[in-house]
Amino acid sequence: MANRKLMKGNEAICYGAVAAGCDAFFGYPITPQNEIPELMSTLMPANNAVFLQAESEVSAINMVYGAASAGKRAMTSSSSPGISLKQEGISYIAGAELPCVIVNVQRGGPGLGNTQAGQADYFQTVKGGGHGDYKVLTLAPWSAQECYEFMPLAFDLADQYRGPVAILMDAIIGQMLEAVELHGDFPSIDRSKTWAVTGTRGRAHNVINSLWIDVNVMEELNIRLQARYRTAERDEVRYAEYQVDDADLVLVAYGCPARVCRTVVDLARQEGLKVGLFRPITLYPFPTARIAEIAKSGSQFMAVEMSCGQMVEDVKLAVNGAAEVLFYGRTGGVVPTPTEVFNFVVEYGVSSCAADKRA
Amino acid sequence: MKKVFERPKALTQAEFSYCPGCGHSIIHRMIAEVMDELNITDSTIGVCPVGCAVFMYDYMSCDMIEAAHGRAPAVATGVKRVLPDSFVWAYQGDGDLASIGTAEIIHAAARGEKISVIFINNTTYGMTGGQMAPTTLVGQRASTCPAGRDPDKTGYPLRICEMLATLDGPSYLARVTPTSPAGLVKTKGSITRAFQNQLDGISFSLVEVLSNCPTHWRMTPIESFKWIDENMVPVYPLGVFVDR
Repeated sequence: MANRKLMKGNEAICYGAVAAGCDAFFGYPITPQNEIPELMSTLMPANNAVFLQAESEVSAINMVYGAASAGKRAMTSSSSPGISLKQEGISYIAGAELPCVIVNVQRGGPGLGNTQAGQADYFQTVKGGGHGDYKVLTLAPWSAQECYEFMPLAFDLADQYRGPVAILMDAIIGQMLEAVELHGDFPSIDRSKTWAVTGTRGRAHNVINSLWIDVNVMEELNIRLQARYRTAERDEVRYAEYQVDDADLVLVAYGCPARVCRTVVDLARQEGLKVGLFRPITLYPFPTARIAEIAKSGSQFMAVEMSCGQMVEDVKLAVNGAAEVLFYGRTGGVVPTPTEVFNFVVEYGVSSCAADKRA
Repeated sequence: MKKVFERPKALTQAEFSYCPGCGHSIIHRMIAEVMDELNITDSTIGVCPVGCAVFMYDYMSCDMIEAAHGRAPAVATGVKRVLPDSFVWAYQGDGDLASIGTAEIIHAAARGEKISVIFINNTTYGMTGGQMAPTTLVGQRASTCPAGRDPDKTGYPLRICEMLATLDGPSYLARVTPTSPAGLVKTKGSITRAFQNQLDGISFSLVEVLSNCPTHWRMTPIESFKWIDENMVPVYPLGVFVDR
């Protein structure tokens, strides 16, 4: 029987974590993600799992490091300034090849910024964030339902690729109430972890470590990590398309702006303008190949972000000069309206493109 | 014939990388002896610090985690919370525990986290070359205070046991030093007591060991032990601060 409930994206994250068999949550209060630790404080114990409010973001991510070392499914959640504090730990987690999930409900920045929706942590999330040569597989939900669905997927990817996986949201996706179907129907993967520290009990000792004094051994680790990233780039790319096939202009957006852009596509189509929406679901690995393919068909692109232009760089890398790439962004916590994006499209985007074609 | 002395089973066959006369070697062995005596090695997860003891994962035969600088109590907390039946200790130096990791140790203690911490206070950053530590004595020379620690500019040493003793969380806090045969016995007794508290499920315990750094103190091992007794003990009095 369907179990449909009205809830915020932040709450859907929690139910998704439970569905994923999350063993431990460690977090610290910060708006706009407080619903997550608040709900987890009862959901985790009710599911025989650990909830602990840490003394700092730094401690929370290091508790995740400990619980993940013990082979358990561990997660933390925070918002932009808190995620900055966690970067040291995320780098160690990547270096020690530990699986875990990190939820970032992005807010306006830089600095303390504000508690409204932002997407200016894109670079920090998908390009590494902390020190060293590593990547964080990143999923970007655009609905409360996807917040729920992506948690089990995130834990599976973390286990499969032995590294940190990020869920990159924004304040709107986290705070918005929507109906979520809590179906609990997720594939189960092999979760055995022979490398985990659980007490030797007869076997040789296991060590969780990110220190490699021998430069060649350190390089080997990096080569191993990069090989995994290449596999992820081949196998884990996810995206969604809306009216892209015949589009003269393809809007590229994730999270809240993707919902705005879906409305923009409808507005444009009513006016006879061939606009489509391409929504990357994995921000790393980015859907580079598919965007390149669309670019070859002659479409123009426009990245729409709640930042001063971050994902647009990955769109440009994917297009690689084969098409024009425009950008529209609002930042500092401002959410673009469909009307303003539509007006921008009419002024700079599809109209000039269509005129070029007429010429 | 009865064997009266052997390598503890909780130690691997790896040779310690410590300088001659360094207290880390003594304390590592002592921890291993206590693990053997309590028969806990195969259920133990040890957490080692950043500092001279960073390679401790090579020396202990139990499962080991190398933590980020100062974060060992948070890492140990993560392990203990998900594996409550395992035995978890953390080993930290003074820079690690009393400087960059003050938040982690204070809150692990305040929570009464069921972990045991061995805290090595040798008043210096040994691994990085003998810089001033949070526990460097007033007037003591270090590579970042070559004229001696000036309290007017850099304040005063932290007394960790006394600080943590103000909290309700810890069940056992003791400061010891292995500079004499009696001190060795007391040190091992304190480690045993701290470990036993965790086995009994009581709460957080910490043993602060006043130790030496002959290399950066520029002393012989014997001189360094004498220096502990004469200079460190007056600032860091030995004793049991909490036992409940």
